[in-house]
Amino acid sequence: MKGKDLLGLRGLPKAEIVEILDTADRFRKVSERRIKKVPTLRGRTVVTLFMENSTRTRLSFDLAAKRLSADTLSFSASSSATKKGETLMDTARNIDAMKPDAIIIRHSAGGSAHMLAAAFPWAVINAGDGINEHPSQALLDMLTMRDHLGSLEGKTVAIVGDVFHSRVARSNIFGLTTMGAKVLVAGPGTMCPPSMAHLGVEVRHTIDDVVEEADVVMMLRIQRERLRPGMMSSVNEYSHFYGLDMDRLRRASPSTLVMHPGPINRGVEMSPEVADGEQSVILEQVTNGVAVRMALLYLLVGGESAGGKSDEA
Amino acid sequence: MTRTTGMNAIEVGRTLDRLATEIIELLGVPTDYSLVGIVTGGHPVSERLADRIEVATGVRPATGTVDITLYRDDLYTGLEKPVLGETRLPFDLTGQDIVLVDDVLFTGRTVRAALDVLHDYGRPRSVKLAVLVDRGHRELPISADFSGRFLVTEKTDRVEVSLSLSEDSGDFVAVHSPSRGVA
Repeated sequence: MKGKDLLGLRGLPKAEIVEILDTADRFRKVSERRIKKVPTLRGRTVVTLFMENSTRTRLSFDLAAKRLSADTLSFSASSSATKKGETLMDTARNIDAMKPDAIIIRHSAGGSAHMLAAAFPWAVINAGDGINEHPSQALLDMLTMRDHLGSLEGKTVAIVGDVFHSRVARSNIFGLTTMGAKVLVAGPGTMCPPSMAHLGVEVRHTIDDVVEEADVVMMLRIQRERLRPGMMSSVNEYSHFYGLDMDRLRRASPSTLVMHPGPINRGVEMSPEVADGEQSVILEQVTNGVAVRMALLYLLVGGESAGGKSDEA
Repeated sequence: MTRTTGMNAIEVGRTLDRLATEIIELLGVPTDYSLVGIVTGGHPVSERLADRIEVATGVRPATGTVDITLYRDDLYTGLEKPVLGETRLPFDLTGQDIVLVDDVLFTGRTVRAALDVLHDYGRPRSVKLAVLVDRGHRELPISADFSGRFLVTEKTDRVEVSLSLSEDSGDFVAVHSPSRGVA
């Protein structure tokens, strides 16, 4: 990776995405060992700064850092001084004073990771900024797809649900199109407006329209916290028109993968039989998440500081 | 001091013959020892030694590889970040004798890192070290139990080893010196 940070997949070259996925592929082995830890980032400090709620992403980054022997510190919205009125920049300046090597940030405002990356010397990894991007999630999704499909080139990925408000969808759209995949999006007009086509995707409006063609169906969670009145008449109606159940999945090829970034609203975007079914790779996504985050920390934090000389043998 | 030049394919073959013989003399038929090559240069050396041990004893020793990238002590020295190789140890290390194999023994730092990798996978009964070439300039108290050829080098020289996984007439060891060109 050439940059100091990972802020998004928009504009990230194909070669760097491949480098991250190949590195993650190797890191999976560490988690399968009896001693699930390597000394690579010994003495380095990784801070997770989560100003929005999160369990799996924070745990996944935390575990990734620990498996590389880094020390981790965790700030969260509920425990931080933000509640007392501190600005994000002031929080970051205080963390900076503790000499971290990398910060993983999640924030409700788009661009917050970019702001910190421009202001501080440490590596910044965007773990979700508003409705903008969530690059590590898209990378773990792409790693999972690559495992099953071999290559992403020429494959068709359908993203269904509230695509407009989904940073997971946006990062996937940027990454997948860079890798040469075709992306179809489907959802109600309020969540999947025709203007999304400018991201290089095909906008459809029924789920049946995309399932038949797709090598991968990625269902998004209905994010009730981001919905405004009028975007959806009712959860039941949404589920009726856009939920993935066995009847709909049968229209797809038996090899079509079903993915979900979690957490799942069972019975809303996906029926339990689909979520737990043979085509579901949802838990593989979680396992791959740790490997992808280890790869990112290794590539961004592991090395390249002061000048040195080569050691052979 | 006279300068030792590299080796051609015939010399490489003879050196491997001798290393294999020494390993068999010390450890016997490979029923309870395995060869582990350090990625990338040690891997072909360990496979070529396994071939010879198999011919001589009728038993092929188990072989594996260790990648030391994540255990290096020079990750933070501004070098290009190394590509991760594969650690493949398809056997239980605990209680076994392990022959760690590399192509060139230089500072000893690679061997130090490889020992750390092995100990994260298990507790071998013993670990021996076999190298095709020892070029001197150790920075750690490490020496080889089986050493193919000692090459006198300057610290700034680069030793190039080209070795295929099976017998090949193109194999060679060369010493590149920044001041004197190829020796």
